[in-house]
Amino acid sequence: MQGTRKIRVLIAKPGLDSHDRGAKVVARALRDAGMEVIYTGLRQTPEQIVETALQEDVDVIGLSILSGAHKALFPRIMELLKQKGLTDVMVFAGGIIPEEDIPEMKKLGIKGIFGPGTPTETIIQFTLENVPERT
Amino acid sequence: MSKTEELVQGVLAGDRRSIARAITIIENNTAEAPKLIAAIYPHTGKAHVIGLTGPGGSGKSTLIEKIVREYRRKGKTVGVVAVDPTSPFTGGAFLGDRIRMQELSTDQGVFIRSMATRNYLGGIAKATKDAVKILDAAGKDIIIVETVGAGQSEVEIIKVAQTVVVIHAPGLGDEIQAIKAGLMEIADIFVVNKADRENADKAVMDIQSIQQLNNKEKAWRTPILKTVALTGEGVSQLVEKLEEHRQFLEKEKDREKSLLRAESELAEALKEKAANTIIEELKKEGKFEELLQKILKKEIDPASAAEKLFRRKFKRAANDAET
Repeated sequence: MQGTRKIRVLIAKPGLDSHDRGAKVVARALRDAGMEVIYTGLRQTPEQIVETALQEDVDVIGLSILSGAHKALFPRIMELLKQKGLTDVMVFAGGIIPEEDIPEMKKLGIKGIFGPGTPTETIIQFTLENVPERT
Repeated sequence: MSKTEELVQGVLAGDRRSIARAITIIENNTAEAPKLIAAIYPHTGKAHVIGLTGPGGSGKSTLIEKIVREYRRKGKTVGVVAVDPTSPFTGGAFLGDRIRMQELSTDQGVFIRSMATRNYLGGIAKATKDAVKILDAAGKDIIIVETVGAGQSEVEIIKVAQTVVVIHAPGLGDEIQAIKAGLMEIADIFVVNKADRENADKAVMDIQSIQQLNNKEKAWRTPILKTVALTGEGVSQLVEKLEEHRQFLEKEKDREKSLLRAESELAEALKEKAANTIIEELKKEGKFEELLQKILKKEIDPASAAEKLFRRKFKRAANDAET
């Protein structure tokens, strides 16, 4: 049987906010675009997120955060990804991230930042275009 | 060392990244996959593989989380393969079983992998079986496979699991009587979860009455246990039963089930190889489309077409051997 590669995406909610409607909307949209989406629920620690990404061997991580704690949590997540050798995972983020913080987040290695109201089609296209190649 | 060899070494050493990468390779069925499986296969057979199946809403994931914790308390390492359905329309899947198990993700003695069925028609996908082999070779003492509680995969779980646990919960709208006969027969342990609910005892009695209809003499008497997964009530007894069954299997050397599993995997591998080889040849000869058209026009039925192709292939192979 022909091999089929599917894009595996982890949609994660770091921090303490309990609003996951947006995360679920994105998760379902990516599923409807043919991807396998792992959703792990609310209140994930950076350690849980990175360990999950490792075990599930995901291609992409989408971080959803609405509590404003991105400046504390995102660097930690990116650092852990590096430590665990997961440097070939594409990371994007969504939720409430002020514009002035975006350059700093991009410098950390977060490839795309999607604020509230971003059409899911945009996120789907972005993911398809930026998913890392697997040798 | 080639990349595959490196990966194999990693899996055997229990390295988590290697395990994860290896599972992806067999799932995507890349060129490396057969070599990978061939290399790790001799190292499998040590784990106790437990299949857990049941209807949606019965509390499988919550129960598994508690079962894993209990095994961890006893010092065992655990692998979990959680299977969810791939959408037949979009090809995508929402894999949410981890939600109930996330606290376990940072426990280094637990490895959880979510897998989509990828539209494997009926039965347990080869990838699921291979993921179990990888976790086995990586040294996990216990491997739990949680399957979609729908369609043939329920009964097919016997092809991958040594111990089959069927879980149900009262008031799901899915009457106990609707449990397929096959599932009743292959269950090694029945669990009525959400046993704090009113009709739990009735559910137990319903299962008992169906069991009594089954007259076969069995060496293992399938127990019916009650659990409340949310609180963990009944879980330690369940794990004790799982251990009991494992010991039973070792004593009985459960030949029948093992032979069934081996035969089924061999048959599947043969079917796939035969189909791929013959179809590839036909495509190379440019005759494939033609044959499909004949089938669509009802000039020949698929089984007869297969028979003809098979005979032709054997004839050719015999001729080649002679020349």
